[in-house]
Amino acid sequence: MGVSNKIATSVGMGGAVLFVMTLATIATYLIQVYILVPLSIEFMQTITFILVIASLVQMVEIILKKVSPPLYQALGVFLPLITTNCAILGVALLVFQNELNLAESVVYAIGNAIGFTLALILLAGMREQLELAEVPKGMKGIPITLVAAGILAMAFMGFSGIV
Amino acid sequence: MSQWNNFAKGFIKQNPVFVMVLGMCPTLAVTTSAINGLGMGLATTFVLLMSNLVVALIARLIPDKVRIPAFIVIIASFVTIVDLVMAAYFNMPGPEGEASLYDQLGIFIPLIVVNCLVLGRAEAFASKNKLVTSIIDGLGMGLGFSFALTLLGATREILGSGAIFGYEFADGDTMLAFVLPPGAFIALGYLTAIVNKLRKTA
Repeated sequence: MGVSNKIATSVGMGGAVLFVMTLATIATYLIQVYILVPLSIEFMQTITFILVIASLVQMVEIILKKVSPPLYQALGVFLPLITTNCAILGVALLVFQNELNLAESVVYAIGNAIGFTLALILLAGMREQLELAEVPKGMKGIPITLVAAGILAMAFMGFSGIV
Repeated sequence: MSQWNNFAKGFIKQNPVFVMVLGMCPTLAVTTSAINGLGMGLATTFVLLMSNLVVALIARLIPDKVRIPAFIVIIASFVTIVDLVMAAYFNMPGPEGEASLYDQLGIFIPLIVVNCLVLGRAEAFASKNKLVTSIIDGLGMGLGFSFALTLLGATREILGSGAIFGYEFADGDTMLAFVLPPGAFIALGYLTAIVNKLRKTA
């Protein structure tokens, strides 16, 4: 909801999420399989996973600042907020729920990130159009964006029988 | 501000869901019924309350550079506690064999750790305010969040399953879309608009 009002920032955010999600999935997978389970400390999962994700996001921030300052500026405060992106921790947890191996997890993460980027770009496009439309006063801003996202979600449900 | 205002602001004026638009992920995902919304809301309230308490106590001792990771560890610890407690005590299947609250909330219980609301209040409020004020803020925000989630859950349950808190009052056709993700967005959109309207006229 925070960055999708411009298509360009959405692509940038999508790229950052792709990077973080893939690396985080690999790192958390290795930690779970080689550290948490052998030592029977699975309850540490939440804490270790989120610390890994937070560190990765810090790293992405530092790299982005050096490599592409304009994108860094455009993403602004939303870059550290990738840490709180439910999808990243969610994917890290889901690969265990779905009992995927490491290779499958990587593919799952990449796929998820691409899907996230796609949804973000679509939503950005819709929001750019919504700015030009006549929206009832009470619905302006968050409410109409949510309804638009809901309709977009319905459209995505149309994909569910295809693969 | 007075402690009553501090407590009450979480309900309407600074409601985390309708006004501050924080913590959207669990809001949209688990509010398929009123009881799920309430359960998630109360679990989050516990985490928010305890993390606000701890952060208010030790914020001054934490070096600035590791502030956010330290808050995250504190929050993650309480989330782990909630997860284990719910796995132990809220794991009984319902009377008609439906899934337990723990199973219905699923991975969204550990995802409380990335709820912007919890980290946001720790960073913006608890680290800068006294103990009692922070506790009351956590309680108020958490209960306001629970209120919003229960309201959204009830709306989706009534429209989507013809029931309320598990009690079915209408069989026949219901709007399935509302217990699915699209319905969450749409219902929340309209509820936000209504709450905004009420705030302006109040």
